[in-house]
Amino acid sequence: MKPKPLHFFSSPKGETSFFRLLRNRFLTGLCIALSLLTLVPLISIVILVIRNGLPLLSMNLFSQLPPAPGLEGGGFGNAIMGTLVMVGISLLLAVPLGVFSAVYINEYAPVSPVSSAVRFVAKLLTGIPSIICGVFAFAAVVMTSHHFSAIAGGVALAILILPIILLTTEQALMGVSSAYREASFGVGATAFQTIWRIVLPDAMPAIMTGVMLAVSRAAGETAPVLFTALFSQNWITSVLEPTASLSVLIYNFASLPYAYHIKLAWSASLVLVTVVTMTNILAQLIFSPKHR
Amino acid sequence: MSTEEHPIQIPNSTARPLELTDDFSPGETNFIKVDNFKFFYGKKEALHGINLEIPSRRVISFIGPSGCGKSTLLRNFNRMNELIPGVRHEGDITIHGTSIFDPSVEVIALRRRIGMVFQKSNPFPMSIYENIVYPLRIAGQGDRSVHDETVERCLCSAALWDEVKDRLHDSALGLSGGQMQRLCIARAIASSPEILLMDEPCSALDPIATAKVEELIIELKKDFTIVIVTHNMQQASRVSELTAFFYLGNLVEFDETRKIFTNPSKLQTEEYITGRFG
Ligand SMILES: Nc1ncnc2c1ncn2[C@@H]1O[C@H](COP(=O)(O)OP(=O)(O)OP(=O)(O)O)[C@@H](O)[C@H]1O
Ligand SMILES: [Mg+2]
Repeated sequence: MKPKPLHFFSSPKGETSFFRLLRNRFLTGLCIALSLLTLVPLISIVILVIRNGLPLLSMNLFSQLPPAPGLEGGGFGNAIMGTLVMVGISLLLAVPLGVFSAVYINEYAPVSPVSSAVRFVAKLLTGIPSIICGVFAFAAVVMTSHHFSAIAGGVALAILILPIILLTTEQALMGVSSAYREASFGVGATAFQTIWRIVLPDAMPAIMTGVMLAVSRAAGETAPVLFTALFSQNWITSVLEPTASLSVLIYNFASLPYAYHIKLAWSASLVLVTVVTMTNILAQLIFSPKHR
Repeated sequence: MSTEEHPIQIPNSTARPLELTDDFSPGETNFIKVDNFKFFYGKKEALHGINLEIPSRRVISFIGPSGCGKSTLLRNFNRMNELIPGVRHEGDITIHGTSIFDPSVEVIALRRRIGMVFQKSNPFPMSIYENIVYPLRIAGQGDRSVHDETVERCLCSAALWDEVKDRLHDSALGLSGGQMQRLCIARAIASSPEILLMDEPCSALDPIATAKVEELIIELKKDFTIVIVTHNMQQASRVSELTAFFYLGNLVEFDETRKIFTNPSKLQTEEYITGRFG
């Protein structure tokens, strides 16, 4: 009655299973060893940042301004503020643009030359060094307005994250079952209604994941804001003035000859790593691959 | 091969006397009229000049081997096939005397008057209630009492009301396969269409759920003209009064179901029915 599973799974060529097993074990072991090796730099960074950043960590860091060179005390509240504002500006610019473009190229004209061009450019843009985004925003915003500003920094970050948002949104839309679209068109919905009421809500968690990834990317970048938003010792009062950011603060303070400023840079690193990691984790949590 | 025009005799001896409302002239034999209709996917001609007249308030089944163009014709009645890039058609389809391809016809309005049920049940990832209300919402109907009334009426028509009336606001994705398909039928009739198109609606259902849907189809033909694609010969003979047999993009034979299954006039039909090919 019973089939013969053992016979079925054994090698037809008669290769001894002992050697196959050995080779298999060896390869498995190698893979485990190598993947542990990749964890080493990652874990060392985390340990280093925590060890150096933790001692100074207190609420004051978040609420106070950086000290003048040579002095001690104070924090980097203005840099956190500045990063938030500039990431916010970049989202304001990049999310609508990215999501609408993705909707266009995936829902309205998946095979048009325009869509292919947009897709191609977006993929190219993901590979562009972030400093180039800074250079562009410098030329386009700083040079024309004659001001370093949060706006300029936001524009640079927007260029950086636009392709991320566009491409993840396109993926998200592609993940929406075409049976939903068919059902919607079948009861007489327009393309707009179908997208707005069916497709986008269903894709939303995946789109949010893309946005979160973009946030963590934008918050951590130095190059795009380095010479567009520059830096500031003071609280941000207008988006048209030079603005501090966590990443530039780290860059600036780490190279100063003052022990306290270097400690501040470490603490800022800790805050930045924490924020970026949290957004990343949040992004994974939001996207629970549901009923498909 | 040429398809000769059958004058369709509506048998007077059907179980139920037809109750036709004023909207339709009694015995309207050419409610849907397919006139030398050809359909192309790119260069591939999937339908080679179909001529067919479908009377109102009947159940018509489309049968034929896989790939013969049943779905293609069905999906042209509500112009769903237009959504596929690179398709075109020749010839005409008229409903109630109006060409559905006429520039004055709004495809949105057309689809509201023609409900469609798909092979794989496809409720939206929303509540049972919202699934049925969706066709109303997109038509701009926002009245709660109309919503409530429609939900109850459609679920009753779809023989689903008793099973779900206590959980209308639960996700539709928690229903069983057969319930989902009946929900899709309920959704398809929510915009009060006149025609119901069903593309193998039972192919993913177990025999009990299939029996329920079949009962439902027989019940619904009082109010709707139903065109159903099926691979199940028993189903075709159980639910439909008229049957069209397609083969390789041609309409081979169209006649009373009873005649098709007992005494077909074409050899190909007979061979298909008796399972010698297909
Ligand atoms: N989207 C499409 N693009 C290109 N060709 C298609 C497409 N859909 C169907 N066809 C072709 O058109 C012909 C008719 O297909 P159709 O789906 O209408 O057959 P069917 O009778 O419904 O078959 P089945 O019983 O398998 O559902 C087939 O040869 C098929 O390959
Ligand atoms: Mg089909």
